Amino acid sequence: MELFNLGIRSIFIDNMVFAYFLGMCSFLAVSKKVSTALGLGAAVIFVLTITVPLNWVLNEFVLKEGALAFAGETFAAVDLSFLRFIMFIAIIAAMVQLVEMIIEKFAPALYGALGIFLPLIAVNCAILGGSLFMAQRDYTLAEATVYGFGSGTGFFLAIVALAAIREKLKYSHVPNGLKGLGITMLITGLMGIAFMSFMGIDL
Amino acid sequence: MSTETAEKVVEEKKDVEALLSKRRKKLITDPLVDDNPITIQVLGICSALAVTTQLQPTMIMALSVIFVIVMANLVISVLRNKIPSRVRIIVQLAIVATLVTLVNEVLKAFAYDMYKELSVFVGLIITNCIVMGRLEAYAMGNKPYDAILDGFGSGLGYSWIILAVAFFRELLGSGSLFGVPIYDSISGLFGEDFSLATNGLMVSPVGAFIILGLIIWVQRSKTGYVEH
Repeated sequence: MELFNLGIRSIFIDNMVFAYFLGMCSFLAVSKKVSTALGLGAAVIFVLTITVPLNWVLNEFVLKEGALAFAGETFAAVDLSFLRFIMFIAIIAAMVQLVEMIIEKFAPALYGALGIFLPLIAVNCAILGGSLFMAQRDYTLAEATVYGFGSGTGFFLAIVALAAIREKLKYSHVPNGLKGLGITMLITGLMGIAFMSFMGIDL
Repeated sequence: MSTETAEKVVEEKKDVEALLSKRRKKLITDPLVDDNPITIQVLGICSALAVTTQLQPTMIMALSVIFVIVMANLVISVLRNKIPSRVRIIVQLAIVATLVTLVNEVLKAFAYDMYKELSVFVGLIITNCIVMGRLEAYAMGNKPYDAILDGFGSGLGYSWIILAVAFFRELLGSGSLFGVPIYDSISGLFGEDFSLATNGLMVSPVGAFIILGLIIWVQRSKTGYVEH
């Protein structure tokens, strides 16, 4: 039940896009059509669900203060947490490469749909942000997995909804200076207000 | 013989270019308005908005980004002929991550309050699209000095936009600037019955989206840039 709550919380209340502004670059750039937004959203869920637990393992057994205690007395006091950024980003970049190769080999159809988005994801702030929040909040392995999946789903919902709105927006008359990025920011703000209504829910 | 003279001509040309020639000035001034990384190129919005509820952390964030982007541009530009193009993304990420770790440790040591407040967003400079974008688009193909100027220009373009957002968000949302209460002193001038109300929406993420949207509108109407 705790895990379920965490999942719901990470999808709606602590939404990656509306509460923490993560993944904004791809959120704005790849939200012109619903079909591409679906592809990117699915890829983000996929990569977050894999990398957050993986980085949890790395953090728990190598980087955390005293994590190396299992290797012997002399390592018990070692604190490698300053290496967090570089290790997390390395794991993410490597995982994205690996996932790309595996999908290409075993599921060519899926590769056709997700393929071009995967390299883009290595530098998506939502992915690194997910891992950093996980480390900061001291989740357990199960919580980390649920959190990864939940925040990915939150991003998926946000980007698909925005893409659907932007497809309709083509038919409206937007002032010249506001076209494109400007109106998209305002719409995102309004969507954020909608998502704020989940805030009062106590889970 | 002929090749030697040709080389000499090239060298002389290099010497002629001043330390701050017109072209180099353009490297710095272009990203400020006409080619602003946030409002025109739509890059680096991720970490930009989260820290802009107050001016002070925004200032720290802006300085950190300028430092990272200038240093990363310099390092990549020096190494540009040594990096194999197949693994360049990983190399760039490693260099940026190292610089960001440096910033993070310095903040932790000398400004612990700011470090707590910025939390994961300093780390997210790594995936700031402006940094990666400049490395990929400029530093990989240009000389170190030009790359530094280019990085500095882009950093400034990013900084003034987030400072502008932070100015409005802190003033309207908390009624203060750099922590100095402005609303209270204004109400003090008009007696006890007079008071200005702060707008809670500006402190929430929604305020950032709307303020940035409006800034983009004003800025694009001025430059006449239209997105299709």
